[in-house]
Amino acid sequence: MAVKLRTPLSRQDVRRLRAGDVVLLSGTVYTARDEAHGKIIDLASKGELPQPLDLNGAVVYHCGPVVRERNGRYEIVSAGPTTSWRMNRYLDSILSLGVRGVIGKGGMEAEPFRGRAVYFAFTGGAGALAAESIKEVKDVLWLDEFGVPEAVWILEVRDMPLLVAIDTEGSSLYER
Amino acid sequence: MIMTGIMDGTDAIVEAVRLAVASIPEDTIEALKRAYEREENELALFNLSNILRTIEIGRRRHVPVCQDTGILNFFVDAGVESPHLRHLKGWIIDGTKRATSEVPLRPNAVDVLTGRNSGDNVGRFVPVIHWRLTEGDKVRIAVLPKGGGSENCSMLEMLTPSDGLDAVKDVVIRRVRECGGKPCPPIILGIGIGGGADTAVEIAKRALLRRVGERNPDGRLAELEEEILDEVNGLGIGPMGLGGRTTALDVKIEVAHRHPASFPVAIVFQCWANRRAFLEIEADGEVRIWQ
Repeated sequence: MAVKLRTPLSRQDVRRLRAGDVVLLSGTVYTARDEAHGKIIDLASKGELPQPLDLNGAVVYHCGPVVRERNGRYEIVSAGPTTSWRMNRYLDSILSLGVRGVIGKGGMEAEPFRGRAVYFAFTGGAGALAAESIKEVKDVLWLDEFGVPEAVWILEVRDMPLLVAIDTEGSSLYER
Repeated sequence: MIMTGIMDGTDAIVEAVRLAVASIPEDTIEALKRAYEREENELALFNLSNILRTIEIGRRRHVPVCQDTGILNFFVDAGVESPHLRHLKGWIIDGTKRATSEVPLRPNAVDVLTGRNSGDNVGRFVPVIHWRLTEGDKVRIAVLPKGGGSENCSMLEMLTPSDGLDAVKDVVIRRVRECGGKPCPPIILGIGIGGGADTAVEIAKRALLRRVGERNPDGRLAELEEEILDEVNGLGIGPMGLGGRTTALDVKIEVAHRHPASFPVAIVFQCWANRRAFLEIEADGEVRIWQ
């Protein structure tokens, strides 16, 4: 049985999840890869995070989508996860900003998640499938500066099927 | 899937790229379905079922199956008597730019010094074009979109000649184990043995153009391919590294003569999204596109 969740995620929402559970996630998801993580953490340390970034209970998605622009509106064509391992160096800082869920592929260090957040795995390469759960592009940050893959895309998702791969007890499907 | 007809060269490149990124070849789908049927691990089944679903959506909607549409690699066999020789490079470059906006593809060409993304998948040495001259008046081009996650696991090792082929097997197994779920298994491995360093990597990448299940015509290499495939699948890494029976769909080996003192081995990883397309351009402009 899949657990239905909606962002922002509360501490209780994530604490009851166990590695191996399937979640259907709805709400807002922020894409962020290497460069975006660096920038978010830098701006947050100066108290200068831009308005649309509300990281309290937020879900960050390690993803660089394929995007089509039509009549001035962006449409997500394909948007599977990228390898999360590269973002390990930012993990503790990004979770300290209130992020409670990270979506990616390949896993991360389990320890930083303990007590406060979960890691959701989505199938790598399943970009066309992920795009079916993405209903709307709400905003995009730093598109000119970073380009399409590294920009922060603020997405509205509905019932995105995810696998809890690291839970708040630090239990990880990658370390079995 | 085959497309034929008189077609503009740039259009032909765009269509071949679209076919490659939106449609996973039949041989690969069959191998993934077999992997699904013989799997018992629930996490592996979750991933394999998502993989088969996304392949189906890509085909139906003509959109990229995976958002990482990669760096485009073109392997060109150019007949020296083709009247199109002078246009080929222009078609490939223009076709890449148009495919980026029309398919669309993700822009993936980044300047090493400034970090700027060119926005159209064209940059210094990108797309990658491997040229080979052949006899006759036909041009044959293979398109291989290569994603970053799998490419990050690719490697070159310069072995000692006396270590021989057993050492090749050890290097491959060690590397596959190290990479775990990162290259998006079930993977396909291209292995290049011999040559100089550059040759080993090129033939390893070229090996990925062979069909899944197709063995090297040299029986000794065919045997080595199967041995390595069995050992890799024995590792239990499984789809996306979460355990399971299928870690690799196939292993492809190509060889080149080597220097007496050298024994290069290159391993090029390909993710399950084993994307490829071929096109052939006749002297009269007739184009054929297939996978």
